Amino acid sequence: MLHCNIPIKKDVAQQHPIINPKTQKKVDYLDQLEAEAIYILREVAGQFERPALLFSGGKDSICLVHLALKAFRPGKFPFPLVHVDTGHNFPEAIEYRDNLAKELEEKLIVRYVADTIKEKNLQDGKGKFPSRNGLQTYTLLDVINEFEFDACIGGARRDEEKARAKERIFSVRDEFGQWDPKKQRPELWNIYNGKIDQGENVRVFPISNWTELDVWNYIKRENIQLPSIYFTHERECIKTEHGQWMNVNEFVQLEPTDKIEKVKVRYRTVGDMTCTAAVESEAHTVDDIIAELKDTKISERGATRMDDRVSEAAMEDRKKGGYF
Amino acid sequence: MELLRFFTAGNVDDGKSTLIGRLLYDSKSISTDILETLTKQSKSTGVDADIDLALLTDGLRAEREQGITIDVAYKYFTTDKRKFIIADTPGHVQYTRNMFTGASNTDLAIVLVDARHGITEQTRRHSIISNIVGIPHVLVCINKMDLVNYDEEVYNQIKADYTHFAESLNLKKVSFIPTSALTGDNVVKHSENLKWYQGPSLFEFLETVEIEQDFKTQEARFQVQYVIRPQTEELHDYRGYAGSILSGSFKKGDKIAVHPVDLTTTIEKIEKFGQEVEEAHAGEPVIIHVADNIDISRGTTFVPNTTFVPNTTFVPNTISITDGNTIHTPSQSIQTEKTFEAIVCWMDNKSFQPGQKLLLQQNSFRSKAVIKEIDNKINIYNFKSEPSDGSLHLNDFCKVTIKTAETLSFDEYANNRKTGSFILINENTNNTVAAGVITS
Repeated sequence: MLHCNIPIKKDVAQQHPIINPKTQKKVDYLDQLEAEAIYILREVAGQFERPALLFSGGKDSICLVHLALKAFRPGKFPFPLVHVDTGHNFPEAIEYRDNLAKELEEKLIVRYVADTIKEKNLQDGKGKFPSRNGLQTYTLLDVINEFEFDACIGGARRDEEKARAKERIFSVRDEFGQWDPKKQRPELWNIYNGKIDQGENVRVFPISNWTELDVWNYIKRENIQLPSIYFTHERECIKTEHGQWMNVNEFVQLEPTDKIEKVKVRYRTVGDMTCTAAVESEAHTVDDIIAELKDTKISERGATRMDDRVSEAAMEDRKKGGYF
Repeated sequence: MELLRFFTAGNVDDGKSTLIGRLLYDSKSISTDILETLTKQSKSTGVDADIDLALLTDGLRAEREQGITIDVAYKYFTTDKRKFIIADTPGHVQYTRNMFTGASNTDLAIVLVDARHGITEQTRRHSIISNIVGIPHVLVCINKMDLVNYDEEVYNQIKADYTHFAESLNLKKVSFIPTSALTGDNVVKHSENLKWYQGPSLFEFLETVEIEQDFKTQEARFQVQYVIRPQTEELHDYRGYAGSILSGSFKKGDKIAVHPVDLTTTIEKIEKFGQEVEEAHAGEPVIIHVADNIDISRGTTFVPNTTFVPNTTFVPNTISITDGNTIHTPSQSIQTEKTFEAIVCWMDNKSFQPGQKLLLQQNSFRSKAVIKEIDNKINIYNFKSEPSDGSLHLNDFCKVTIKTAETLSFDEYANNRKTGSFILINENTNNTVAAGVITS
């Protein structure tokens, strides 16, 4: 994946007059992606009164925090880190989150889906893998209202999913958090229009143009530390009907036919324990992961997410409902 | 590794989506789970092929149902040499604004021509939009060569026709490649069917084409995005101006002019990611400190306080602002004005209302603005100016006079894409209603 091996004729440059054979000092693409993300983060700081950075403990939001350090130090972040805790998170991700906020001396706001379920008398997730994926949208919208956040920065990338591929970097949501793909503002050059009315908010995606492999190459270059579950470890899992490895934990309703196996796995994405599948892996280091990704044939969400399997337009629908 | 951003323009039936699908498919950038979904979908749309490659670029359900593309979709692929960002924009005339949007920050335009039909009105429109938005390089992909028996004559004729047409524009660079996206001829691999063609395949072209870096040799420009003031005990007097170098370079000790306040000062320190640096170049995010305590806030522009001596290798990027015969050669130094002329593309479904209250945004600078006059309308099929009837509708390109409340510091777009571009925001609806390039 993301790799091609085609024979390139060495004399192409000579054959074609428009190609400049001169070697010039080139800017690395990671520098360009980084610069774009920092530019966007600073636009958020400049344009909004009460922004927030939605932090999940996953690699993408960890990269965002790293980029924010580069954008704002020696100043403090002009936004708190906000985490919507579903109660189904991996303990390693929660521990990482708490340590990070403490180490950086930045403000962390945590709101719990369990509290929202109680307050609003909602139906908790059911079934074998009880998902709180839909429920976290309630908590997210509540925390946005509570602090009157006018911009929420997230680590979504356009390569993840095709509805994301069409979302703007500054994505205006109405007071219900809804995304309307047909009413998106044109986004030109590097000019971001974050002007909104009271009650509306903007979701901002600074690493829209990064792919999964870009994120890993950046993590490697910047030597960013990650929660341990991204690397290979032994874990008790069961195999789902789609052939995915699901972690055995207190939330998963085991069936008599389920066979618990000890497998060497890692996580490609860190979501809820109930809807994120592990992938078999021997990758101990970031380099191992990059090598593995170059070989893999399955997309990130395809490999790890049960929530997008529901329908072709699952993400499009969830975004329209206020999801990230 | 480098980054190349390109956009694709073509008619609905020119095979644009198939071409992108082919690039992604043949470069092995598509995962098996996505292929599985596509195979299923291809069967349900009844397209007679194993996989309908066009489906790879269709995103939203609304689009799939109607078989059209309603917006700009971004696609990514990486080779050993480059990372590519594709802005895939719809071809219909009613989506001209999307095309302008997709084209706005790309290095290369791929204009698709159906070999059976040659240059059409749409080809002209796509090329003219590329010209207005100042794309450094246009690649004309003469596609569907399989349907004209891979005839070299057909290719040569279209190439000649396009070259003739392009003379009336000021496209900086134009290249041609014959392809068949459907069969894959000359997309990634060289084709046996096109033996007479000696140039690179599309893929080789994309991997090796020179990326214009005009902004590096242009005069230095910086705009403040955000003021960093930690106000802690140890950093009590720290006041840093965070922003990106828009073009050129700034050095520690440089004398600078600060606009629009029009004061001069000296760069005391440049910081990049916590480290002090001697010099910073176009594209780099930095924090700049200046020697004097002057009024600097978001949107303030820094320029060198010297007369600009153009680099000897610098060739100004020119665009024609009236018709093909008049070349406008822009000046080099920053302009600070409240009234200026621009070409705008109207992007709002609601037409322009005289006296409409607007906000102009140029990078991080914002000011109230009005369109004082609509001077003339640009015919996007022949690039000729036509008298304006005073209206501005969706997808119209017009030459206008704009007046701002605050003084704007700008360069002509032909000279600097960063400081010569702006958007107009409707103050009432907050929508981005127009995009513009400053002509004088």
